[in-house]
Amino acid sequence: MNAPGDALATVELCKNFGALRVLREVNFTLPQGCRHALIGPNGSGKTTLINVIGGALAPTSGKIVLEGQDITALTSDQRVLRGLARTFQINTLFPRLTPIEAVTMVVCQRRGIGASLWRSLKRSHEAIDEAYTILEQLHLDEDCDRPTAQLAYGRQRLLEIALALAARPKVLLLDEPAAGVPQQQSGEILHVISSLPDDIAVLFIEHDIDLVFRFAERITVLVAGRILCEGTPAEIAADPEVRRIYLGDEVHV
Amino acid sequence: MTAIEIPAPAPATTSQERAHKVFAFASRWRWEEVAFWVAAAISIVVFPTHLVLIAQVLITGLFALSFDLLVGYAGIPSLGHAAFFGIGAYTAGLLARAGWTEPISGLIISAIIAGLAGLALSVVVSRLTGIGLIMITLGVGLLLYEAAHSARAITGGDDGLSGINIAPIFGQFSFDFYGRTAVIYTFIVVFLLYLVARRIVNSPFGLELKGIRENVRRVPAIGVPLRKRYMVAFTVSAALAGVAGALLGQITQTVALSSLGFDRSAAALIMVMIGGMGTLIGALVGAAAYMVAQDRLSDLNPVYWNFWVGLLLVLFVLFARGGLIGGVDRLVVWIRSKRNKA
Repeated sequence: MNAPGDALATVELCKNFGALRVLREVNFTLPQGCRHALIGPNGSGKTTLINVIGGALAPTSGKIVLEGQDITALTSDQRVLRGLARTFQINTLFPRLTPIEAVTMVVCQRRGIGASLWRSLKRSHEAIDEAYTILEQLHLDEDCDRPTAQLAYGRQRLLEIALALAARPKVLLLDEPAAGVPQQQSGEILHVISSLPDDIAVLFIEHDIDLVFRFAERITVLVAGRILCEGTPAEIAADPEVRRIYLGDEVHV
Repeated sequence: MTAIEIPAPAPATTSQERAHKVFAFASRWRWEEVAFWVAAAISIVVFPTHLVLIAQVLITGLFALSFDLLVGYAGIPSLGHAAFFGIGAYTAGLLARAGWTEPISGLIISAIIAGLAGLALSVVVSRLTGIGLIMITLGVGLLLYEAAHSARAITGGDDGLSGINIAPIFGQFSFDFYGRTAVIYTFIVVFLLYLVARRIVNSPFGLELKGIRENVRRVPAIGVPLRKRYMVAFTVSAALAGVAGALLGQITQTVALSSLGFDRSAAALIMVMIGGMGTLIGALVGAAAYMVAQDRLSDLNPVYWNFWVGLLLVLFVLFARGGLIGGVDRLVVWIRSKRNKA
């Protein structure tokens, strides 16, 4: 179940909200460097799964394993330092900070100088340069010194990813990275994701089936809190039950 | 060389240079800061009959500044900040009464005691946000006030502590009747701590405080341990407030029960609002504006003081969210744009 090559695995993961069983015995594995899509109808528990893996919610039962180590008891920030970063479906940014400040904050934290009261930020050139390089990768370099609140919505979506990337994750959880972005731009965001370094395993939620089939190497289908099936895009597209329950007749792959 | 030097064309700034400039700009000395400290120094020379008021403005400014670190930078609201001011004041007063009259070590011990109190409170409140924080800090402030009120044997209750004797600073400069030593001592201590606070807000830790203010939900998701940052923020802020209280106790040679009171907590909030939140210097400017106005307007008609404070607050919140500092900044931008057009 938890092969040595797996970056992330969940074991019999359950999450209940009162009597509502949102996740039911989810056994999920994410191989190293994989681009893995999580799809499923609304309310199937996709975001809850991301929240539980990331540490924002505690599971009712089950285990979360990051690179062979049980991280179920760790807090969100401890998981980030172990190499597990996430983004949010709804922009969860720092409105009055500039992108370079926000990303430099993450870089400083990762470098272990985040708690330093006496170090001059202005003279932390290496941290600033590293943050700048990340912004460059995400085409945010021109906007690096404008307050986040003034950035166009699509740019803010990219900054979501930049903040997570600055933590140098081994596993990146993206909750609808292109949510609310016009279709022509959502391709650009997914393209940025697919060109991330190979050693980062990416789990992303995406509703646009065309994009999912274009960018995912593997797909997991979640229905009513349970994994319905998992496989390559071709396998998923051919699965009769997926077609019936989720994809309907819209599949044109 | 008589040849006319042709100025090299200014190199276009790259976006990477702009990235670095963001941090240099954030930590620059603003002209408001220079103006405030120069004005404070000059006023000591020019108003020899108002030295006590000047010292009190600086002390209250330091208290408001400690509050700004919490509320303006970290976005942590508190309505019980006077607790730390009072703890500092009583520590300094009780130390001196017990025979420990050396002033500077008195300040340091007061800072440590107040800082520990801040640390203890942060452990309690670090799981709370918003209204929960406001209520707990308010409650703790009131509890401490009543505790000091009833512990007459130690605190003197309603009467407070008086007759505090402080030894000369460095064994050289004794506190004189006119308050000359007191005001210079206060000026130096508050200025040095201003430099410390300035350094802190321009550090990686200071940036994380702003991150907590801007989005407390995101902060754990980028690896920042929120509880630990709360603990340090409360400790540092409380220690600075404690020094302010200790200074007041030392230079007035009395500690009043009101040093712990809710009015003082509320005044700090008002001063930071008026001066401009999250700017540090705004806290000092706000304290100066508040106290000088109080001094003048109370002379005019003491009954109306609360009316004026209320009116000012409403106007500032409605029309000048950035306070005096934000307003002046906007004015400067407006004048520059006018001049550029002309």
